[in-house]
Amino acid sequence: MSPSRTDSATRNASPTAPPAAERTALRHPKDLLLREDRLPHIWCPTCGIGTCVASFIEAIAETGIPEEKFAVISGIGCTGRVAGYVKLDSFHTTHGRAIPYATGLHLAHPEMKVVVFSGDGDLVAIGGNHLIHAARRNLDITIICVNNFIYGMTGGQLAPTTPHTARTTTSPKGNWEYPFNVPHLVASCGATYVARWTSLHVRRMRQAMREAILKRGFSLVEIIAPCSTLYARKNRLGTGYDLMKFYHDNCEVRHGADTKELDIEFQQKIAVGKFVDVEKPTFLDRIGAGRKK
Amino acid sequence: MSAKHAVLTGEHFMNGDVAAAEGGLAAGCTFFGGYPITPATEVAERMSERLPEVDGIYIQMEDEIASMCAILGAAWGGAKSMTSTSGPGFSLMMENLGLGFMTETPCVLVNVQRGGPSTGLPTLVGQQDIMQARWGSHGDYEVIALAPNSPQECFDLTIEAFNLSEQYRMPVLVMTDEVIGHMTEKVVIPPPEQIRLTPRRYTRRPPAEYVPFATGQDLVPEMIKFGEGYRVHITGLTHDERGYPVINATEQAKLVRRLVDKVRRNAERILRVEEDGTDGAEVVIVCYGITSRVAQMALELARRKRKRVGLMRLVTVWPFPEARIRELARQVRGFVVPEINLGQIVYEVERCAAGQARTLLVPHAGGDVHPPEAILRAIEEVLS
Amino acid sequence: MRFWRTPLDRDKFECPHGQVFIIVERCKGCAFCVEYCPRGVLEISEKFNKKGYHYPVAVREGACVDCNLCEVICPEFAIYTECRNECAEDEAAEEASAQPEGGEGTS
Repeated sequence: MSPSRTDSATRNASPTAPPAAERTALRHPKDLLLREDRLPHIWCPTCGIGTCVASFIEAIAETGIPEEKFAVISGIGCTGRVAGYVKLDSFHTTHGRAIPYATGLHLAHPEMKVVVFSGDGDLVAIGGNHLIHAARRNLDITIICVNNFIYGMTGGQLAPTTPHTARTTTSPKGNWEYPFNVPHLVASCGATYVARWTSLHVRRMRQAMREAILKRGFSLVEIIAPCSTLYARKNRLGTGYDLMKFYHDNCEVRHGADTKELDIEFQQKIAVGKFVDVEKPTFLDRIGAGRKK
Repeated sequence: MSAKHAVLTGEHFMNGDVAAAEGGLAAGCTFFGGYPITPATEVAERMSERLPEVDGIYIQMEDEIASMCAILGAAWGGAKSMTSTSGPGFSLMMENLGLGFMTETPCVLVNVQRGGPSTGLPTLVGQQDIMQARWGSHGDYEVIALAPNSPQECFDLTIEAFNLSEQYRMPVLVMTDEVIGHMTEKVVIPPPEQIRLTPRRYTRRPPAEYVPFATGQDLVPEMIKFGEGYRVHITGLTHDERGYPVINATEQAKLVRRLVDKVRRNAERILRVEEDGTDGAEVVIVCYGITSRVAQMALELARRKRKRVGLMRLVTVWPFPEARIRELARQVRGFVVPEINLGQIVYEVERCAAGQARTLLVPHAGGDVHPPEAILRAIEEVLS
Repeated sequence: MRFWRTPLDRDKFECPHGQVFIIVERCKGCAFCVEYCPRGVLEISEKFNKKGYHYPVAVREGACVDCNLCEVICPEFAIYTECRNECAEDEAAEEASAQPEGGEGTS
């Protein structure tokens, strides 16, 4: 479609209407679920985390579940700050420990929809053990893992997801480690819903988040997001917008792909899509069954 | 949950670990996140068997870090929660114990102490975590730590620990040890109506009027349960009354002082010591946990020798009975402090004695209890 | 709305019009909204906000179809759209050709 940019509506716009930017006392529709007294947030310009939060708020609305039944648990790091901005019951825990905290909350109060919103370093490095065990147990919780390939809050250090050869402040000559393939990691541990999108794919991301929240079982949505201040700068990749453009040009939607094939190489094609969506009794289902014995 | 099932009223023959688990159940614990570790494993085993009977949740977490986090999460989900551990596990829990203090989360941690450092003596006794209980997590905070000296007290003090944790909204430590944990004795469990329980201090305010960390005179904020529409933000960062992170010296002083003061100002109310013949004594033995039972024998040996000896047992190791030690220091010639470590509580006694009375440590590196004669010799040395 | 090829069901076709709202002081100037607006409604302003970022302005607001993309892609919660009129009104407007449609959006 190539819509004309001088269509009727343009012509119809009133010359007396105030310019959009000058309208005052505005209340963003998402402010209903944001702690607006804490905005603007601490994330850098072009950081993808804010976009993920925006999609998350839309996903919550789409699930139709009452907002007070949601809890957002974060660890430490840039994404760890999400808990502090959403106007839901939220807990900002210690580094890497969002998942065990969520485990306790979920089991003590199963009516809550417990969502862990944290970064790749927090969930996969220091919290890696908790991640695999939560997937193994098939706890009915949702993990939103914002993966920017780097430790942002501490100034751009090597993460377990940093692609091979990418530079960080602690891999100044390029990373020689093998990074984690997050979807494969959790899928192999028994996750019942696994998807990956980028912060460019706002609608797919929202849909994936909604499906993950509604999924009965352990669900994980990995979102590749730009870190312009550190990852893009250290690797001379331009701005956050350049990274968004890169996602636009290099993401391949491969629904149902074998998770083994989802490795991310430095500035290569990124496979996105919904990879796992299966049904399996949850931890609490099995506790119930176990007790009847 | 049926109270009848939670409280096994009657006379039992059980070990300290099992008694601690039963104490937790009697106090209304419905969530236990644990990880096996000798000599605390029996607490978890008992809980895994008993919690399903009261519709509670037992989960064996992937490590002690996760256990500690899980009980904090469960507490905000409305459950009374506890965990148990020992030595290395206690070290692993330290960071998130600090999160518990910072977020003012009620829960109970039972530490069945063993000999350390490191893996040390998994199956043998130690009292080497007493200072770690006080100072183990980073930053400034105050703790409440109870030290039972029998399976009966493991039961009673675990209930007391739950009550204190609800009263002051903080994690409370039960610092038992391998000998108490594995010692099997008679434990009397009273009927439920005779067990005094402190309910969680839930707010009655509607969400619009609720300020999560605003406090009154007693410095303890009212709590909420997640999922009730209060939409609170709880963080381990320094936070203001709303719970929002504020990173500056003013808020830090306000928050940390309150966290410390809520225990310090109530210390006299929290404190529990047992004294035996301390009035008119020339020497007072200051002891806690299993060592108090050995000290009791030393006390009798000394009295047979017509020495004027008293005994003070710390039921709450933390807060420490500073005022009472200061008072005694003016009356006695010395204190004898037996402990299964190479000197921890002795420094507290020495600090409070402030040179007014001699303070003598009876050390033990761990693995066994003191011979009573060692304590007796120390008493005689003070008197010589 | 003009089409390069008029759809057969044009009479049943409802195309909403949106109004753009920008919370200037939240903006950090990433320009995602400008780049990704499918209707080219926005441009980066010459002016700065208090933090020194160039914020977007709706230079062709009449072209906005309330697709909401700017609102979701904005990492700062600084821009949103509201639906202002539906197709029927639009066509009526098109015919009348000069009815003002703004002004009510200062809520």
